[in-house]
Amino acid sequence: MKKLLSFKWLLTLLLVAITGYFYSKDGVITSSVVSTALIFGLPLALAAMVGIMCERTGIVNIGIEGTLLFSAFVGFFTASATDSDFYGVVAAVIAGTASGVLLAFMSISWKMDQIIAGTIINILATGLTSFLYKQGHTAPTTSQIDIPWLSQIPFFGQVLFMHGPIVYIGLVLIFVLYIALFHTAWGLRSRAVGEHPGSADTAGVSVFKLRYLNVSIAGAVGGLAGAYLSLELVGSWDRGFTAGKGFTALALMIFGRWNPMGALAAAMFFGLTQAITNQLMFSQIVKIPDQFVNMLPYILTIVVLAISAGKVRPPAAEGQQYEKEQA
Amino acid sequence: MSALLEITNVTKTFPGVVANESISVSVSAGEIVALLGENGAGKSTLVKSVFGMVRPDSGEIRIKGELIAPGDTGGAIARGVGMVHQHFQLVPVMTVTENIILGDEPKRGIFINIKAARAEVIALSEKYGLEVDPDALVEDLPVGTQQRIEILKALRKDVDLLILDEPTAVLTPQETDELLQVMKNLAASGVGVLFITHKLREVMAVADRVVVLRNGRVAGSTSPKETDEEGLAQLMVGRNVVLQVEKGEAKPAAPTLEIKALSVNDDRKHLAVDALDLEVRAGEIVGVAGVEGNGQRELVEAICGMRPRLSGEVLVAGAPTPDMHPHGVHAMGVSHIPEDREKHGLVSSYSIEDNLVLNQFDRAPFAQGWIRNVATLEENATRLVEEFDIRTPSIKTTAGALSGGNKQKVVVARELSQDTRVVVAAQPTRGVDVGSIEFIHNQLIAARDGGAAVLLVSAELDEILSLADRVAVMFGGKIVSILDAKEAERGLVGRLMAGLSA
Repeated sequence: MKKLLSFKWLLTLLLVAITGYFYSKDGVITSSVVSTALIFGLPLALAAMVGIMCERTGIVNIGIEGTLLFSAFVGFFTASATDSDFYGVVAAVIAGTASGVLLAFMSISWKMDQIIAGTIINILATGLTSFLYKQGHTAPTTSQIDIPWLSQIPFFGQVLFMHGPIVYIGLVLIFVLYIALFHTAWGLRSRAVGEHPGSADTAGVSVFKLRYLNVSIAGAVGGLAGAYLSLELVGSWDRGFTAGKGFTALALMIFGRWNPMGALAAAMFFGLTQAITNQLMFSQIVKIPDQFVNMLPYILTIVVLAISAGKVRPPAAEGQQYEKEQA
Repeated sequence: MSALLEITNVTKTFPGVVANESISVSVSAGEIVALLGENGAGKSTLVKSVFGMVRPDSGEIRIKGELIAPGDTGGAIARGVGMVHQHFQLVPVMTVTENIILGDEPKRGIFINIKAARAEVIALSEKYGLEVDPDALVEDLPVGTQQRIEILKALRKDVDLLILDEPTAVLTPQETDELLQVMKNLAASGVGVLFITHKLREVMAVADRVVVLRNGRVAGSTSPKETDEEGLAQLMVGRNVVLQVEKGEAKPAAPTLEIKALSVNDDRKHLAVDALDLEVRAGEIVGVAGVEGNGQRELVEAICGMRPRLSGEVLVAGAPTPDMHPHGVHAMGVSHIPEDREKHGLVSSYSIEDNLVLNQFDRAPFAQGWIRNVATLEENATRLVEEFDIRTPSIKTTAGALSGGNKQKVVVARELSQDTRVVVAAQPTRGVDVGSIEFIHNQLIAARDGGAAVLLVSAELDEILSLADRVAVMFGGKIVSILDAKEAERGLVGRLMAGLSA
């Protein structure tokens, strides 16, 4: 534990030093790269929050990918039909919540195997969206909001305060989730349910209700991440355009030890690698075929999981049904 | 005076089993009622119904005259019921404080007020004289302390009725005495106590009234004043039980198990077994007596190849046994009844049939080459279930679905049905009812008479004294004295166990 802690701080220090060095060389490009890291990293971080909320209460959610794809789709086409980005985001959040409720229904009420339940959501989302998809639509996207005053700060202004609305909402959400998980009764109970449901049940906390609630709210967060993808980051929707972000998020969740801050940091690191390679390609410094560059996130996922595997301890009751009555 | 708790005609069936059949029990304020019965008699199911952990099929449960809705744990807690569960309901990765406040957290705004919570835990711990460290992680604490946390959890909301489901099963004799004293104090302050136990002595010591369950029904109700331990045992089992073990004279032959200068570390890397020498001859039972934590567990695990030996050797019939190779040790004819049957004795999700061959499934007659011999497996299981009186709906039932006593019988059946030269039995009757205890004891004696060398490790001094032909007293990782059964008198052994010289 101590060893890893120092590793974490060393890495942070190194990143700060490198960023500082490059900023002194070329402020414009460095600010833009770090800002892009946040833009690329945020959907992963939000998707990891979905995983954390579910798994902390003992439900494995492998259907995040489906939630992202489906809610991005609903968001995009609602925005297109209503010509309103706001309605699009709202619709995406509702769609995400619906997928969460579906997962809760299958895995809690029906006591289905949670991996299968999540896979059903993925297959359903892929099939449904591909079937309903019509080409040639456009939708209004959310527009960038520069936070007055704060956006004027050199470097940090561009990195943190010149983004679309979902970035701000998402970041606040992650901090709120972190505090809620570790400092409120809801968090204590959720974690207890994920570790040892019997302890919560015998203390008069309904395992059933809390799991339903958390998986549903997690779905809503997934919906927001979906809305971000189609209405803020890309501005369109295409078949399978989530490209495994939901699965990458699960890896980040593990790497971040089921802790919102840890997962956020991991997601930012991923975003940074993507931003840097984009910059290298764009400025023609290195010439590697696109395909290899696009592989990078997946290779990193494997590396990250290989490094962290075995050292982490998932919530103990993860993936298990809770049977109240036992002889 | 109206009763604090009134259970009227409660019936509960599980698939294939009637756990409770129109049971009526009542508890008054300030009264200690013991619920006694064999494993699987339906005691746990009954108290879980009171606490809303089980929904009865029919019947009424009233607390202070108020009807409790089935399955309403929150409602039971709100009406002043506290329960100490048989299987600890604690979150291992959380602190003692977090575990105790779970479900009703002191708050400041929307946040948990952890300072207030800590103070509350400290106050609670002082009030009842149950010492705990509020900041320790539960997983780092020994079972006795975990039990204390469970009790504090139950007592936190000024309870009127305290239910304890086999609270003493994992406690040392000293811890048990402390707990019994706490129960008496609570009763004196007007709390009604309903507790489940197997141990007749505890019943005699604290209960005002005893309700005996047998096969899901009330078999009788009595009080310690009207009966004695033999009477209680008879009521429980429904037949005469011989509490005193009857055995013939041992006919020891050559030493079969020889332990020479064995040293072993415990989990925290401290020396637990210190250059220990011990010899068990064929045809005798050597009982290892000692206060728990004096290296008995480490000794057993090292013999059976489950814990690395630092130095020394363990010989079976003159041949050295391999270190850290349980299967190899077993192959030399060493049977092991482990202390923790759930962890080391059984695979809960496997059938009884498979559990009965766990350490020999890969050889004849249970396997031919790579293929398991299904017919032999079934035949073996059917025979052992019959022979060892394992009460189960079928040999295909998973071991996890059995009651504690029957689980233990599965382990005993597997280990003693084989051709063994050495039997290492650690706490073989822990958490087991009197009928099964009698049976397991007779099986151990039969193994002895069959020519096996039996090493019995038990925290129950009575068990050692009644079974062993020689008593080895263990203290501080060493055998401090070896007594012949005839000279092993309770007081003497007790003094030696405490590290005093005879």
